[in-house]
Amino acid sequence: MGLSAAKVKVGDTHEQVLVDDLTRTQLVMYAGASGDYNPLHSDELYAREQAGYPGVFAHGMLTMGMTGRAVTDLVGADRLKKYGGRFRVQVWPGDTLTATVTVDAVRDEGGEHLVDLSVVTVNQKGEQVFTGNATALIDA
Amino acid sequence: MTVERFPIEAGHILLFARAIGDPNPIYADPDTAVAPPTFVQASAQFDPDYSLRPKPGQPWMGSAKEPSQLAGGRDEGGSGGSRSGGTGLHAEQHYEYHRPLRPGDVLSATSRPGETWEREGKRGGKMTFSENIIEYRDQKGELVVTARSVGVRTGQVVA
Repeated sequence: MGLSAAKVKVGDTHEQVLVDDLTRTQLVMYAGASGDYNPLHSDELYAREQAGYPGVFAHGMLTMGMTGRAVTDLVGADRLKKYGGRFRVQVWPGDTLTATVTVDAVRDEGGEHLVDLSVVTVNQKGEQVFTGNATALIDA
Repeated sequence: MTVERFPIEAGHILLFARAIGDPNPIYADPDTAVAPPTFVQASAQFDPDYSLRPKPGQPWMGSAKEPSQLAGGRDEGGSGGSRSGGTGLHAEQHYEYHRPLRPGDVLSATSRPGETWEREGKRGGKMTFSENIIEYRDQKGELVVTARSVGVRTGQVVA
């Protein structure tokens, strides 16, 4: 199921809470699923004493993965052509993240109907933790 | 990084979707499952030499009795980090999808370095950025996902 071109307008926004009070356990789940076992994300002692951080923090790719949900909930899980972005500040246990997806353009290219989206994920302080863009196929 | 065989499996998709907190039922049903947008990152599981996975009989940088017995472990950028020195972090990630990935696809991945550049950072001193491009191909050799990552190394810990 994709978005229909008739139902999507430039400037439309879609806001979604991605996680409320991020747990260390979710960081461990992401390590296990992704295979990125960097102890910065699961080993408090290592992160503090060895690496010099206040504690463990989220994989950037966990934030990007959670943000992807806001995009696929809008356009459908099998419609993405492009998705990318930048990690702005670290995400810490206890953070609450909210993504806002904005429709930047609706266009046709090479016989395909496309939507261009920008996405911004902020923490509970309003700081941008991830900013990116996506392009997806939509229905006529 | 070279991964010769990265099988896209329904159970792995389910675990990955749970890990990113995505309850979309499409991911739980092997008949409908597609890979979530960032799923190819999990190809690390199928890289026999992946540096950020502990291996039996080999030293690991994480804590056991002590925070770490090893000086200068590897970090998120995959290239060195220590208590007093700087650290490597993931700065950007971009994917281009040539088609959706579904259970049954078997991918291979090859990576190549992209550009490298430097910038003075506000918080971390001199920052060195480097690009890495990974091409994922299916069992027919067709390009299915192109991934471009940018890593950054900073002169001091950024937090």
